[in-house]
Amino acid sequence: MRKLSTQELSDCVYRLARRAGTTLTPACRKALSAAATQEEGAARFALSTLSENADTAAREQMPVCQDTGMAVVLLELGQDVLLTGAPLSAAIDDGVRRAYRDGYFRRSICDPLTRVNTGDNTPAHLHVDIVEGDKVRVTFLPKGFGSENMSRLYMLTPAEGRAGIVRAVVETVRLAGSRPCPPVYVGVGIGGAFDGCALLAKKALTRDVGTHNPREDVASIEREALESINALGIGAQGFGGKVTALGVACEIAPTHIAGLPVAVNIQCHCIRCEKETL
Amino acid sequence: MKHLTLPLSEEETLSLHAGDGVLLSGTIYTARDCAHRRLYELLDQGKPLPVDLKKTYIYYAGPCPAPEGRACGSCGPTTSARMNAFAPRLLDLGLLGMIGKGEMSEETRAALVRNKKVYFAAIGGAGAQYAAAIRTSELVAFPELLSEAIYCFEVVDFPAVVAIDAHGKSVYDRPEE
Repeated sequence: MRKLSTQELSDCVYRLARRAGTTLTPACRKALSAAATQEEGAARFALSTLSENADTAAREQMPVCQDTGMAVVLLELGQDVLLTGAPLSAAIDDGVRRAYRDGYFRRSICDPLTRVNTGDNTPAHLHVDIVEGDKVRVTFLPKGFGSENMSRLYMLTPAEGRAGIVRAVVETVRLAGSRPCPPVYVGVGIGGAFDGCALLAKKALTRDVGTHNPREDVASIEREALESINALGIGAQGFGGKVTALGVACEIAPTHIAGLPVAVNIQCHCIRCEKETL
Repeated sequence: MKHLTLPLSEEETLSLHAGDGVLLSGTIYTARDCAHRRLYELLDQGKPLPVDLKKTYIYYAGPCPAPEGRACGSCGPTTSARMNAFAPRLLDLGLLGMIGKGEMSEETRAALVRNKKVYFAAIGGAGAQYAAAIRTSELVAFPELLSEAIYCFEVVDFPAVVAIDAHGKSVYDRPEE
C-alpha cells in the first residue's frame, strides 16, 4: 500500500481550485477564438469581450467569472492507496475553503430552504471512483449554476433510440435559450440509471471541448447534436449567430433493458477544469 | 458603441434600440435572488425600501469579494430570467431599468414598454472585465446576504447591449419565432 496524507489531497484541491477560478482551459480559449471569427455584430462583440476577459483574469489573477461555482471534485482513487490523516471529505472541503478565501472567489453555496450561505463555499460536491493502481487523479470543476439550472434528465424508452437522444440534447439547449451563457458546452450521459446518468453527463464536461468519444457510434451522436444545436441560431449570449455550442461530449454506460436514460448537463462558455495526478 | 450617462432621460431611453452596443457610466445597484425576495417582503409589509426605486437601475449580479486595492471583485451579470417574478412590479413602482443577461418574460417585456424603460444585457462570463469598470462600491443593504447583498456601484464605460428596448423589441427574438 502506498500511504498518502489527505493533507496532500487538500493542498492539491487548493492549487486546482485557485487555478481553475482564474483560468479558462486552453481548449476553451481556442474554441472561443474560433467562434469569434464566424460571427458578426453583437455575438462577435460578446465573444471578443470574453477573450479579453480571459486575458484580464489571467493577468490580474481575478476570477474569470464571478460565479466561481459549486466546487465539483472528482477523485479516481487507486485501491492501493492508503489515505492517512484527516477524513477525506473534511480535507477536500478544507482545500476548497482556503482556495475560495485566498482567491477572493465568491461563496455560492447555501441551504436550499433557508437560503443561508455556508460562508466558505463548502461542502464540495465530491465523487470518488475506486480504480486500480496506487495513484490519485484529482479533477476540479467549478460549476456555475446559470448553466446548471438549464440541465435536464430524460427517461427515454428504448424505442426512442439514437434519434431520441439527439432530440433530447437539442431540445435542452433550445429551451435554455440565452439563459445559460451560450455558446455552451454540452455534457451528455447516456445509460446507467437515474442518478448515474447525471454523473456521466457531469464527467463528460471534464473532457477537453472538441474531443470525441472513442466509440464511433457515440462520437457520431456528438457531431450530429452539435450540428443541430448550431442550426438553432441562438448564438453567443443569445444575440443570434452560428455558434450556440462549442461542443457536445457524450459518455455512455450500460443501462436496463427497459430504459434509455439521457442526462444533459449544460456548461456555460466559461469552461474551467483543472486536473492533477498524485 | 454609444456612451450613455445614467440616469437616462426619457428621450434617450426611447432612442435606444435592441442590439445597440452601449457603454454605461453612472450609478447602479446590485440585487439578485435573495435581495429581491427581501425587497418584496418589505413592499408587502408596507415598509420603506433601502433604495429609492425611482432613482435606481438594478444590476442582476453578485460580486466576488474585492481583493486589496480594488473596489470590487469579479462581477459579471447573472441570469435575469429568475427575476421575472419581481421585475414587472418594481418597474411599475418606478424602477429605472435593469442590467442582466439573457431573455426575460413577456410580462417583463410588457412592463418595460408600459413604463418606457430599457433592459440591458451585460456580457455573461466577463466578470474580470466588469470589475475594471466598477470604480466604487458601497454596501447598501442586507449585509448578511454576502454576495447577494445590495451594493451601490459607480461604473465607467460599462459595456452592455440593449436587450429589450422601450418599444418592446428584443435582441433575443429570432426571426422564426
